[in-house]
Amino acid sequence: MTHPLKRSVPIVVGLFALMVLAIVLSPLVGSTHINLMRVFDRSIPFESNVDAQIFFIARLPRALAGALVGGTLAAAGVVFQGLLRNPLATPYTLGVSAGASLGAMIAITFGATLPFAGAAPASLAGAMLAVTVVYLLATARHSGLSTTVLLLAGVTLNSFFSALILFVQYLANFQDLFRAMRWLMGNLDVTSYAPLAGAMPFVAISFVAFVWLARPLNLLSLGADAAGARGINVRSVQRTAFFSASLATGAAVSVGGPIGFVGIIVPHLVRLMVGADHRLVLPASIFLGAGFLVVCDVLARTVLSPMELPVGIITAVIGGPFFLWMLLRKR
Amino acid sequence: MLQCHDVVISYGERRILQKVSLSVAARGLVGVLGPNGSGKTTLLKVLSGALTPETGTVTLGGQGLGTFAPSLLARRLAVVPQETHLAFDYSVLEIVLMGRYPHLGPFEFEGPADFASAHAALNATGTDHLAERAFNTLSGGEKQRVVIASALAQLGEGTPDATTAGRVLLLDEPTAALDLRYQLEVAALLGRLHDRQDMTIVLTTHDVQFAARVCSELVLLGDGHVIAQGPPQDVLTTEQIAALYGIRVDQAAMFAATVSAGVRP
Repeated sequence: MTHPLKRSVPIVVGLFALMVLAIVLSPLVGSTHINLMRVFDRSIPFESNVDAQIFFIARLPRALAGALVGGTLAAAGVVFQGLLRNPLATPYTLGVSAGASLGAMIAITFGATLPFAGAAPASLAGAMLAVTVVYLLATARHSGLSTTVLLLAGVTLNSFFSALILFVQYLANFQDLFRAMRWLMGNLDVTSYAPLAGAMPFVAISFVAFVWLARPLNLLSLGADAAGARGINVRSVQRTAFFSASLATGAAVSVGGPIGFVGIIVPHLVRLMVGADHRLVLPASIFLGAGFLVVCDVLARTVLSPMELPVGIITAVIGGPFFLWMLLRKR
Repeated sequence: MLQCHDVVISYGERRILQKVSLSVAARGLVGVLGPNGSGKTTLLKVLSGALTPETGTVTLGGQGLGTFAPSLLARRLAVVPQETHLAFDYSVLEIVLMGRYPHLGPFEFEGPADFASAHAALNATGTDHLAERAFNTLSGGEKQRVVIASALAQLGEGTPDATTAGRVLLLDEPTAALDLRYQLEVAALLGRLHDRQDMTIVLTTHDVQFAARVCSELVLLGDGHVIAQGPPQDVLTTEQIAALYGIRVDQAAMFAATVSAGVRP
């Protein structure tokens, strides 16, 4: 008797290989042609190897950012879908991205007068604020974490924060407004390793939680009562899932802005490939999500070359029709 | 085996269970019978430990439910809900293996013993041939049998744990969502499990005939009170049925007649 998991392990390994391939090859695409052999040619010192400098300093951070953001959003999508027991949930359903966007808008608009620079920490702070508010709303009247109330609180907060975003944008001058709009489209205009290093700790903490969550999320799919009857502490699983997935989403959005659809397309495709077991779906989604966003970013940089599109437009153009197909496929 | 004493539960102002006391003997097949809204499901939640009573106690083998470690309780007491809807497409084997959760460490994968238990459980419920199927594609009766298989795997079916008896299977309205053919299937399965005499079974139902046909003992629950407890032929009298469901005596007499004709020997 082979373990059902074993059959799908080659697929997960294959997705990992595709991700590595995408990360290594995508920096080769760009206005200046570089040679992969020369990049890794150790006989040329790094200071005089222009190809290696372009590869490692100018382009690789962007590829890694795509991988980090894509993998994190896909994994967070899986966890939110498991928590809400709904394959149509996204990392942004519960208001994390609205909070992050509000934080970023405030930082961009009033940046000069605020103590910190850059939109990233502000968006992460906004995300955490939104998460806290949603959690307090969802637990205010129930001892447990009611997923229905969670969903309602998230949707309400989403529209309330959208109103605040419009208000902040109304106060902004033209130049800031332009930057704000660009941020909201979601793009991976990363030119150094610093934003990655900033987001990495939060992503790492979340991923540790995801490893622990994988099996309890399977049982949660049977329903909260049935999971509890099998010895699961449902409340602690739900709480861990909610906070870790929110933290991961907040960190990803702080790097790339609210890039849409990765968190729903990728988990869905992965389930078609490896089945429903979260112990496979989570790693497979991380790898496919990472590879997918890196490839989307290559498209964003090349389809209208020399103009660069925000990658969020590419994922939305692919994701919108895909989402409809999913809805129609489900009865 | 499973006992509750003076259990009180209320939702807001409404009292659902009013000082319910109940004793389930080991290896019995006990049906909690009552009309909709009589508190059956709430009582089952209390007996499974999902709901902690405001006052009163629940004990399994003499030990308070609250004092069990969750996984130890889950190995001795399993619950089959009325209906199971999955958000994702798990296979039947995966569902049954989920029953092994309380037997595994936090990061442990299912081993040969868990597969053996899952297969014994599939075998016991006559669902071997469905193992590779997607759960969501099964009929209502097949789903119910697979969820029972998952509960059996949870109770250590096919492993040395199973022979040390003391395990309890709770089923909430196991046939309420099923048509006649699947009702008979599930009834036959419960009869087989009861005949093995290695577990205690408690189920809730509002179906008098199903209760009379399947159960060795009945608890009549009306409006949060235990009205009667005993073998079906003793408690299912015309007067009791009329009082329990609030129907006329002549209507109840018809039921009592069909019931006494179909009672298991």
